[in-house]
Amino acid sequence: MERYYKEIYEASQSDKEKVAWCSSVGPAEILIAAGFKVYYPENHGALIGAKKLATKYIIKANSIGYSPDICSYLTSDIGAYLMNETPLKDAYNVPSIPRPDVLVYNTNQCREVQDWFKFYGNEFKIPVVGIFSPWKIKDLKKEHVEFVSNQFKNLVKELEKITQRKFDYDYFKEVINLSRECSLLWKRFLETAQNRPSPITFFDGTIHMAPAVCLRGLKEAVDYYKLLNSEVEERIKRKEGAIDNEKIRFYWEGMPIWGRLRFLSEVFEKNNSNVVASTYCNSWVFEDLSPEEPFESMAECYLKIFINRSEEVKERILVEEIQKYKCDAIIFHDAKTCPHNTNSRFGMPERLREKYGIKTLIIYGDLNDLRCFSDEQTKTLIESFPERT
Amino acid sequence: MSFFAGIDIGSSYTKICLIDEKKKIIAEDIVSSGISFEKTSKKILRRVFKKINGNFKINDIKVFVSTGVGRYNFPFKKITKTEISCLVKGMTYYFSGKGTIIDIGAEDVKMVQINEEGEEVDFKMNRKCAAGTGAFIEEISRKLRMPLKKLNNLAEQAKKSIEINSFCTVFAGTEIIHLIREGKDIKEIARGVFESFVNRILSMVKVEGKLFLAGGAVAHNPFLLKVFEEKTGITPLVPPNPQTLVAFGAALFALENKKKIDV
Repeated sequence: MERYYKEIYEASQSDKEKVAWCSSVGPAEILIAAGFKVYYPENHGALIGAKKLATKYIIKANSIGYSPDICSYLTSDIGAYLMNETPLKDAYNVPSIPRPDVLVYNTNQCREVQDWFKFYGNEFKIPVVGIFSPWKIKDLKKEHVEFVSNQFKNLVKELEKITQRKFDYDYFKEVINLSRECSLLWKRFLETAQNRPSPITFFDGTIHMAPAVCLRGLKEAVDYYKLLNSEVEERIKRKEGAIDNEKIRFYWEGMPIWGRLRFLSEVFEKNNSNVVASTYCNSWVFEDLSPEEPFESMAECYLKIFINRSEEVKERILVEEIQKYKCDAIIFHDAKTCPHNTNSRFGMPERLREKYGIKTLIIYGDLNDLRCFSDEQTKTLIESFPERT
Repeated sequence: MSFFAGIDIGSSYTKICLIDEKKKIIAEDIVSSGISFEKTSKKILRRVFKKINGNFKINDIKVFVSTGVGRYNFPFKKITKTEISCLVKGMTYYFSGKGTIIDIGAEDVKMVQINEEGEEVDFKMNRKCAAGTGAFIEEISRKLRMPLKKLNNLAEQAKKSIEINSFCTVFAGTEIIHLIREGKDIKEIARGVFESFVNRILSMVKVEGKLFLAGGAVAHNPFLLKVFEEKTGITPLVPPNPQTLVAFGAALFALENKKKIDV
């Protein structure tokens, strides 16, 4: 990751290379194939959260009119920019975030990315290109795919204007292949959690997912996951669990609470509980990418992500996942500033409990804004579960 | 004679309950939790021992179960349990049947659904927000410079109520001052405070079956029972010791564990 961030920063300082900023489930493969170094503000937001710097930055963004009720990735990232600070400095010795040449977002994951990217579009006076995805999809239809793949094709034209270079379709297919391979390897890693005891935790996943987010489409990600999987497979052979005495298995739905990963992982471990799988980490699995139909398969993959589906589809997926990973209960993280990726607000926990007998817990918190999270309340909630089973 | 103790170290108050082998309550006490849970634990032990008799010592207690937010801060050898399990344990000692337990503490409200067998089937807590917790009523009473007892008495006398927001404790206080300035009836305002409080709790949980209430807010605000009954159509069941019920549940766990641990 250090090399990745250094390379983007260097590209941003050079006249020869171009930098694109992309939303985390945005059309990265097209940007890479067009010759851009790709930077993901959401990864930067997560880093700010994990370094417990978010509250410092959020209030700065609030002061210029960005509400504390909107996405705290957005407010912490913009706040850090306003204060001319970045955790990249301490983490990777990178002096600043890379200045972009274009900003590209996809609304498949949330609607607030457009306002986030528009802020930077105005700041840097550069083009902002949005991919608009139909939302809450129940049955994915050909028209949905065409609508988005056409936008991808138009994006290529926009990018050619910026790079002054013809788009390399052969390289694009290569990138698609690498991205697919990365996805399959990442999926294999996540699926090792089906073992009992699970060799991994959700918290491991939130760290190891960085290449699937930031390096997909590049060989480095493929190499990383090959190595990671070989280590995890050794653990499975040795029947080595991620925690010592796995008695209870949880499924995590919703965003991670970045500033409390360690705290939460320790509370679960102390209670012989492991959060083995999540919808969140699974969001970067694009196994249906195909070099034969690169635009269409990309459109399909990016539309199919969990967060972009209807309540009915989400319900079905959650039930299947809980069975697949043999979980004793599902934890919903109700993230105060992330309504799009909070699935406990329209009766889902109640439906899972009443229709399928699935046990549910709701943790109130936030992805970055730790003022919305209570250590004590959450600890009591997690500890009470083994006491009642 | 063997004794068993449950200590519930809450955010505002620490409660203790000592029982004998027949589950008879020998002594109970409540003190402010203060800023050192450890010191408070020692203080409440001294007080409760004195209540029993001057010669009672810590070694006379076979097992301690500590619960509440400060459960790990109890400085003597103990078993820890969450307040949720202790609450269910205590409540199902007094009552049976499927229902919803609502425990209203100083800074949180816990809502537990139990089945016919008295087993916990679902559990919820409030968000990180004081509305719907004892802190709400305490804050209003502070703002009005009126003891809780008086607030209860006034509310009981009102024939109707004035609606007060239930989303922010601080602004509900400001709203009340505004209503007083407007010359509204203080009795109706007082009743509005309790209705707003109960509305907030009922927005967090669907009451199914019987309604069991506990917690400091219930102990100190008897008018709440009437409001709960009006809003749900269910007569609430309240144990004799609503504020120390969780400590009592912890003491029952202590008794159950007497053979399991080496003391």
